[in-house]
Amino acid sequence: MTSPSVVPAPPQPPHDELELLLRLGDDRLVLGHRLSEWCGHAPILEEDIALANVALDLLGQATLFLRRAGEVEGKGRDEDALAYFREAVEFRNCLLVEQPNGDFAFTIARQFLFDVYAVVTLDALSRSSTPELAALAAKSLKEAKYHVRHSGEWMLKLGDGTDESHRRVQRALDELWRFTPELFVADGVASRLAVQGVAPDLPALRAQWSTLVRDVVDRATLTLPHESAHSPHLRGGRNGMHSEHLGHLLAEMQIVARSHPGAKW
Amino acid sequence: MSDTPATRLGRDAILAVLDTVMDPEVPVLSVRELGIVRDVSVDADGVATVVVTPTYSGCPAIRVIEEDITSALHGAGVVDVRIETVYSPAWTSDWIPDSARAKLKAYGIAPPSPAAATDLVQLLRAPRTPQCPYCDSHDTEVRSEFGSTACKSICWCRSCGQPFEEFKGI
Repeated sequence: MTSPSVVPAPPQPPHDELELLLRLGDDRLVLGHRLSEWCGHAPILEEDIALANVALDLLGQATLFLRRAGEVEGKGRDEDALAYFREAVEFRNCLLVEQPNGDFAFTIARQFLFDVYAVVTLDALSRSSTPELAALAAKSLKEAKYHVRHSGEWMLKLGDGTDESHRRVQRALDELWRFTPELFVADGVASRLAVQGVAPDLPALRAQWSTLVRDVVDRATLTLPHESAHSPHLRGGRNGMHSEHLGHLLAEMQIVARSHPGAKW
Repeated sequence: MSDTPATRLGRDAILAVLDTVMDPEVPVLSVRELGIVRDVSVDADGVATVVVTPTYSGCPAIRVIEEDITSALHGAGVVDVRIETVYSPAWTSDWIPDSARAKLKAYGIAPPSPAAATDLVQLLRAPRTPQCPYCDSHDTEVRSEFGSTACKSICWCRSCGQPFEEFKGI
């Protein structure tokens, strides 16, 4: 034990790697929770199992990234402390993943846009100059690859399916498109990490993401929303400015842990 | 603690104990056969360190596996057991040896196809026809890449009409 110090701690420089780990972990924690809301409600049994499996993978990945975030932060917070005892403004997930499930087509379109993003970013992160980060990215990438096969295949089935399924998934794509620019915003954190080789250059990954998304969207006989459909206002998740939906999600996710702090089961 | 001295098991003896620790979800395979145990070392004080890696990042069995490893070694007389978790290299089903693949098939689970060629990002599933573990037919289809556990897909055999599971190749 060290004795209490009367010297105030020096101001902390922004901790870019911690921010990055929170972004990676929170994206997966929040989307995993959203998918778990489908458990027992999916249209067919196989899909109920599939969505719960993807949710479990995302929760597992969130555990790894948030545990590492706690280690990097060095304040004794573990993955549970970070998941259950932070407020909405402290979450760093993108706005896309916190959007409510909507109908099945909406959930699939949201998942597809995220899964392609996950594959291209994790692939680049697996070559990070930070070995711990590269290891977690390489592990998560294996799972992201079969996630995108799942959501990509559903985009085809729904887009090139019935008039009703086509209409619904096109509507979902149109609605969700405005949340996608945020995924590739190079703010201070992302830019500094890219220069250091810790994280990929996000704007450069956008072209790769667009090509992969367009390939499936075209084959699904869907129409990619026009660029002007982007609203510059729909971002801020990386800085803790969220839609009202996140607070409701966290209330449900965190209530047991907060009602019984330290409980073990 | 009792007065009896702790058994000093060497590395090989510890590996032999780990051969008896079965995976809780696929109980015909040991944690070594699955490639979960990456290394074992024993230091001068007899402390055994078992290095493990999780199969899937969210596999709920990993904690049970760690407890099973610890209690098996305690049972064999190793007093101080430490579990160390590593994530690199990432676990792959390619580590499962042929002998273990035969056990999977006999248990009714089609063994995993090679994880190779996964460098490519496939946005859509390529049709695959895993061999039915019951009638050996390849007239099969993968119904879903997601099954009862993270590591298994759901398949259907048109030849014998039997649904079966396949261990995922990742």
